[in-house]
Amino acid sequence: MSENILIIGNGITGVTAARHIRKMSGNNIFVISSESEYFFSRTALMYVYMGHEKFEDIKPYENSFWKKNNIELIFDHVTQINTERKQVSLKRGNVINYDKLIIATGSLPNKCGWKGQDLQGVQGLYSLQDLKLLESNTRKIKKAVIVGGGLIGIELSEMLLSRNIEVTMLVRESGYWSNILPEEESQMISRHIRQHHIDLRLSTEAAEFIGDENGRVKSVVTKTGEHIECQFIGLTAGVSPNIDLVKNSGINYNCGILVNEYLETNIKDVYAAGDCAEFQNALPFRKNIEQVWYTGRMQAEALARTVCGNKTEYSPGVWFNSAKFLDIEYQVYGLVNMNIPGEKNLYFENEEGNKSIRIVYTDESVIGFNLMGIRYRQEVCVKWIWEKYSIEKVLENLSEANFDPEFFRQYENDLIKKYNSLNPGKNVSHGKKRKLVHSLFNNSAQSY
Amino acid sequence: MTQNILNIDPPSGNNFTALKKTGLAMFSVGMLFFLISFTSVTEFSPLLFFTLSIVLPSAGALIFFFAQLKSSLPGVKKNGIQFMSATNRGLIGWTTAVFLTGMYILIYWFPELLENLIRIFDPLSFALNGNPSNQWFLYGTLYTIAVLVMGVRMLIHNRHSKYQIIRTLSVMFVQLTLAYLIPMFIQNGFFFSYFWPLKQEYLFPSSYEYLTASGGIGMFMFFWAAVMSFIATPVLTYFYGKRWYCSWVCGCGALAETLGDPYRHNSDKSLTSWKIERWMVHSVLVVIIVITALLWIDNANENFIFGEFVHSANKWYGFFISAMFAGVIGVGFYPLMGSRVWCRFGCPMAAILGILQKYFSRFRITVNGGQCISCGNCSTFCEMGIDVKSYAQRGQNVIRASCVGCGICSEVCPRGVLRLENGPPKDRFELNKEYLR
Repeated sequence: MSENILIIGNGITGVTAARHIRKMSGNNIFVISSESEYFFSRTALMYVYMGHEKFEDIKPYENSFWKKNNIELIFDHVTQINTERKQVSLKRGNVINYDKLIIATGSLPNKCGWKGQDLQGVQGLYSLQDLKLLESNTRKIKKAVIVGGGLIGIELSEMLLSRNIEVTMLVRESGYWSNILPEEESQMISRHIRQHHIDLRLSTEAAEFIGDENGRVKSVVTKTGEHIECQFIGLTAGVSPNIDLVKNSGINYNCGILVNEYLETNIKDVYAAGDCAEFQNALPFRKNIEQVWYTGRMQAEALARTVCGNKTEYSPGVWFNSAKFLDIEYQVYGLVNMNIPGEKNLYFENEEGNKSIRIVYTDESVIGFNLMGIRYRQEVCVKWIWEKYSIEKVLENLSEANFDPEFFRQYENDLIKKYNSLNPGKNVSHGKKRKLVHSLFNNSAQSY
Repeated sequence: MTQNILNIDPPSGNNFTALKKTGLAMFSVGMLFFLISFTSVTEFSPLLFFTLSIVLPSAGALIFFFAQLKSSLPGVKKNGIQFMSATNRGLIGWTTAVFLTGMYILIYWFPELLENLIRIFDPLSFALNGNPSNQWFLYGTLYTIAVLVMGVRMLIHNRHSKYQIIRTLSVMFVQLTLAYLIPMFIQNGFFFSYFWPLKQEYLFPSSYEYLTASGGIGMFMFFWAAVMSFIATPVLTYFYGKRWYCSWVCGCGALAETLGDPYRHNSDKSLTSWKIERWMVHSVLVVIIVITALLWIDNANENFIFGEFVHSANKWYGFFISAMFAGVIGVGFYPLMGSRVWCRFGCPMAAILGILQKYFSRFRITVNGGQCISCGNCSTFCEMGIDVKSYAQRGQNVIRASCVGCGICSEVCPRGVLRLENGPPKDRFELNKEYLR
């Protein structure tokens, strides 16, 4: 007997759950969204604004995909969840019964209660609707202020620069994204931001936003009383779970919808995953709320199994993430900037100050990699961390990890030299460049 | 503290700098003179009109590209490409398409209408090979200038990527030497950079007779053509994939990778177009293999068996495929269908290389774990219309017959997910382990 699986939200989490449930079962799958008719890549909205891609291009699947895979898309807004009757109500008046319900409603941009935050020309950037609003808010303007660093902050700055709009960026911390990036990398990105002529103001907070007679923003006042004129303000001080829907539904929530390690809520057959879910018990070294594309996808994969009867814990393995700060790519694997007791950092930065390799390790083993402007292989780095390779064993094999295009200058030898110079008496040498095949398919590959 | 060695102009609300304006003005005036050079006014001074209608716009374009150096840091340069009339099938795009298509039609079938334009190339032609210019000299020169000037643009736009720099220098060098200067100096105009079946006649019996008649050097040329087609092609493709030719050596590729670069996103990515592509490109391959075989059979039997039929089939192939498809449509439709229409749907050489690449090659585009965010940049900028992200988001290596290995997908990927690699053929089709996806 096939069940009705209802998924609220067609972002990466909802869609991944739908696809994997389809692979494993013949259940009826419904995906509801009021944001867009078809799944699109949220992280790619910036490329539409910058004119790299059309909206059509950021849809990961052709429109025919959904019908072919028998996944029903409903372009409507859920107004209410009734967990007793196992029904959801839609704005257009329909009521749909479910056997299992997955809530994947994502986030909303934080509005921190600034005076004037609802003025015209003040907005966050998360949804497709936000992008459309941005299009009209930034038409023919000259100057913008971004409030908050972080990933969306720098992406929004890059977007505005592409339209030749001057950008001032207000960051509360003393370094760009310094709660995540180690000191040196944070400085590198701060320098890079300024090279792009973004006016980066560190240790600066917005106090209020001032509007003109038409209710349109005209300036921002910082906490030190400085006025900065602008015609647009981007609010990028993080995002919070979008949980309005579950209030009054009996589903428990705190900041996000509370779930256990199986992504189950307090109510049977109701699950939550992705940005909107909050783990009652966070996994070691991870946050209760994970607001990353990759974690949303991995949560959905685990959840799909549970929904199909194969109860599976969310256990994502070694942490990874990536981003791009203007022209500098960023990749991280494992534990970086976490102040692990006994951790040591081996760091190399090129002369131009726009590429770096950082390896975090303990006396026992390597625990993290942080790359700026250099690409490393996830599979190799994760294997080294998982199998607790020592720092010297990693250094000897380091070129296996390099994933930069052919002919790119490689910096592995520089890093090893640095290790040797910092550790007198050590003489680690770069092992002969071993074939990739050895690193991926040798006999220990079974132990993943 | 490290030094910042890179400096760019600040955004001023308008990055259309004076230098860019100068370059654009020179280019526009030059193109106007190019049109004027269709008239007999060129008789006044061919050299002057060559300077005004060829050198001036080229210099203008170069100045414009160099001005971009000052207004941006090294990195992916795709801002606004979907908005601009020239690159987004707008009025300028259509005008460019009509212009390019028209030029091809005139060069191939109505050279008499180009007489005045051809004459302005006389000074250069005399200087290079002592002969007056003709439509083919005009064509070769314009083609080479396009590759060189737009190659400089490619170098500037991709200056952060050593792969793109070396690859672009390679196509510029091959076009200038093997496909332009050297054929001009050797009497029979032989191109060392084109092979059967792209240059189908090189392995026809008629070429064999014609080339070998000119003695040792001709013998070598025929030998070269045969070795390149039957030995070098499979061997090089085994080790490096199709790219050793299509995006590093081939003249059609050279133009696509330089003049065609601003239009690469206009290639169709749908599953339907992939289907059409496979049918078309392999049909052309079958046709040219059959024609070549029949010509040889006929030749061995003194034109007894197929007679006029195979010769007229060859003529029609020359008209429809080599001239109409490869030339008029292949280049003329750049602004409308992307830069690789011919390479993708028609080139029989690409078909052979593709089959080899798919089944007998170490080449693949590796996907880095589970890092794909489905942003679509790789697919958008794939000139061959491969939906790269459909592989990347599944964690599946990209192994496609049509991939020419230009490396742009890897470059525009904002998460470092794609890498062009040569490795053991075993396991190259494997999916990533599930935890990484």
